[in-house]
Amino acid sequence: MDTRLDTFPRLLLRNAQQLGAHPAMREKDLGIWQTWTWRQVADEVRALACGLAAQGFSRGMHLAIIGDNRPRLYWSMAAAQALGGVPLPMYQDAPAAEFIFVLNDAEIAYAVVEDQEQVDKMLEATAQAPTLAHIFYDDPRGLGDYEGVMSFERLQEIGREFDRAHPEFFEAEVEKGRPIDVCVMLYTSGTTGKPKGVCQTHAAFIAAGSGGAQFDNLTQHDSMLSYLPMAWVGDHLFSYVQAVITGMTVNCPESADTVMSDMREIGPTYYFAPPRIFENLLTQVIIRMEDASAIKRWLFHRFMAVARHCGAEILEHKPVRLIDRAAYALGDLLVYAPLRNVLGMSRIRVAYTAGAAIGPDLFRFYRSIGINLKQLYGLTETCAYGCLQPSGGVRLETVGKPAPGVEVKIADTGEVLLRGPMLLKEYYKRPDATADSIDAEGYFHTGDAGFFDPEGQLRIIDRAKDVGKLANGSLYAPNYIENKLKFFPHIKEAVAFGANRDEVCTFINIDLGSVGNWAERRNIAYSGYTDLAQKPEVYALVRECVEKVNADLATDPALADSQVHRFLVLHKELDPDDDELTRTRKVRRGFVADKYAVLIEALYAGKTVQHVETQMKFEDGRTGIVAADLRIDTAKTFPAHVSKAA
Amino acid sequence: MTTAAARPIGDVILTLEHISLAFGGVKALADISFDVREHEIRAIIGPNGAGKSSMLNVINGVYRPQEGTITFRGEVRRNMEPHHAAAQGIARTFQNIALFKGMSVLDNIMTGRNLRMRTSFIEHALHWGRANREEIENRHRVEEIIDFLEIQHIRKAPVGKLPYGLQKRVELARALAAEPSLLLLDEPMAGMNVEEKQDMCRFVLDVNGQYGTTIVLIEHDMGVVMDISDRVVVLDYGRKIGDGVPDEVRSSKAVIDAYLGAAH
Repeated sequence: MDTRLDTFPRLLLRNAQQLGAHPAMREKDLGIWQTWTWRQVADEVRALACGLAAQGFSRGMHLAIIGDNRPRLYWSMAAAQALGGVPLPMYQDAPAAEFIFVLNDAEIAYAVVEDQEQVDKMLEATAQAPTLAHIFYDDPRGLGDYEGVMSFERLQEIGREFDRAHPEFFEAEVEKGRPIDVCVMLYTSGTTGKPKGVCQTHAAFIAAGSGGAQFDNLTQHDSMLSYLPMAWVGDHLFSYVQAVITGMTVNCPESADTVMSDMREIGPTYYFAPPRIFENLLTQVIIRMEDASAIKRWLFHRFMAVARHCGAEILEHKPVRLIDRAAYALGDLLVYAPLRNVLGMSRIRVAYTAGAAIGPDLFRFYRSIGINLKQLYGLTETCAYGCLQPSGGVRLETVGKPAPGVEVKIADTGEVLLRGPMLLKEYYKRPDATADSIDAEGYFHTGDAGFFDPEGQLRIIDRAKDVGKLANGSLYAPNYIENKLKFFPHIKEAVAFGANRDEVCTFINIDLGSVGNWAERRNIAYSGYTDLAQKPEVYALVRECVEKVNADLATDPALADSQVHRFLVLHKELDPDDDELTRTRKVRRGFVADKYAVLIEALYAGKTVQHVETQMKFEDGRTGIVAADLRIDTAKTFPAHVSKAA
Repeated sequence: MTTAAARPIGDVILTLEHISLAFGGVKALADISFDVREHEIRAIIGPNGAGKSSMLNVINGVYRPQEGTITFRGEVRRNMEPHHAAAQGIARTFQNIALFKGMSVLDNIMTGRNLRMRTSFIEHALHWGRANREEIENRHRVEEIIDFLEIQHIRKAPVGKLPYGLQKRVELARALAAEPSLLLLDEPMAGMNVEEKQDMCRFVLDVNGQYGTTIVLIEHDMGVVMDISDRVVVLDYGRKIGDGVPDEVRSSKAVIDAYLGAAH
């Protein structure tokens, strides 16, 4: 790469020059895909940057960006970077109260937001975040009579006037940028404590983005759908960083509800999703197949058996018997190709999943129908870049080999350490946290426990601090148990308890879509989540899943003692609005344990029913109380297979 | 559609005077008079069989009252004719959804543009330039409404397969496609759950706020009515027993008796 292409604004200008007529972004608006070429994007960014500058935004300032994946919000990132400022995307589904901490922590004065909903939240937040003075919005609907906020169009108009008056300004600002400048700040939602602002430099993200792009041969001819929260490091890496580096096309869906059909229309070649999205897609497929005609069902099951048998091997170019190949080819014609088409995955070259463990059946399903799904490992602090699975060397239980430029070391404690150009510069205003996480040799302490397998691929066990011991001294890894439970489509979330206890007990959240459908087919009437969760039939269903996990755990001598003895199905879904999950949907274990202490007590006291009342927040910000008498059930446990007959 | 900054309520645009309607010996409406002002949300409420839907049917010309006059935008009539009503910018939705179940959401809404189409069937069949331009223009308007009511995800779904709440929204979309100046909504929230009702309320208020459309709506749910309407007419057994701003109506003895039952 040209050494001068060391900041994102410079890369953007290169794209405008070299790929001027190539589509950079598309967005479906009024039913039609609208396209912007790289030249157009550069012009829009220029007008926007000049507008922000005219409004007083300058080097070193922070620009909050909140909303769904809209081209204009991505341009705002580029505009802030061009001026030497730092874009700071935030989770669009968070309520105003959650923004206040970040707005104050980062002393934010400028915000570009999507629509009325976000403007309202910002205005609500200004009372407690007095620095916030400039709010710009993309969608003007419902904002006609608002005062003190400005539309995106008006901001760009001001920018174009400013540009005419100061034609040298924009290039001069881009010229001032240095690769060691911070290019973006992403707040880690953190399963414990206050969020921390992770400061990443242009150099770090360019190293991560170009490393990954080379690894998978991404070019400007690739295209991807951008639909994950902009505040998540994964979306930033894939939809912004790699797009600017390679010149590929980023497509923004029409709305969150249309992602499926938009994906079919676009047919991306590069795809990234957390496991829960792959799981939702599969659940939909299975439900639709159950409604299909008998012959279609037969074909589906017949050929899925073929795919399970040899699909993944064919994808990996391993030797497969000719007869199997022939059966697979026929299956491809009749089942797999149409299925890939329905999923919008016909053109996928590379798909990644990350953020949580993926179930073996799920992973194998996608690979067996010919989708090159791989896993990666990375954190916000490492630009979502650490380990990648190479095409052809994909193993379910690992997260791949160290990515180009990354050094991985396992500490004596079993913690995974990473070093390389993609490491964070610092936690914002938290030198203590920065010093804690990066050691003298420059290794970042991930907090994950893991080891290398014989082939040199990294395997992650659990969060290091969660790994503990049962009262009898045997190993206890809650995530491992929870993941095994969550691999069942009926179980959405699980929280295991057992550190320093005699036995393991769990909370379960059922998956309302999947279990609801299951109940409908059995004519089990229910009024809502709380009602369905407490049905005896549902408990029986969950018990079956728990017992399968127990049987599986019993085969592993190290974990046989971690079998789940008792469980309950929670009366409400764990929700980030109630602080039970992070915005990236990870369980905040300590918080949940405190909040539901009475339930944990009941689990260990051997009760069969426990009354509980919980306050919950609704989406419109109101709060209410859910009360229920929760049943507590006991699951069968199995003697460890290996000796230990006593 | 024009974006009306003129949400402030204007002059009277529709006046109903001494309307009486009978089916044989059954008196559906007896000597009802009230008016509707530009840009307001006017609710008609009352218990079952009070004559609310009959009133709406009189306004858009489906029923011919035996007595009384209707004055709409200065034109005094004995009774309205449906085609006059449509031509003058009155659109409506129905209590029992009246959509084309086998057609897509998009096509259903397109039928609402019917009155705005000038080119002929033959021109459309031949993809004549003029017809194509008109089609594009109409499709554009329809897409704006789809965007406005947030139903992009069901654009191509057949209406019959949609849940009830969404069908109601599609019906509103079709009525909006005619770019009405007066919109009649017959129980837009009937049979909906709380969340769907909230959504629908927001859309009704948005239509009124963004486009300045005058809205006459019938509703059962007192809470909803009181929250979103500017003025309320109360009917009971075909007679008008209350008329005024929500607070007046809420505290009126006659209304409380009609709704809760009076101790006679």
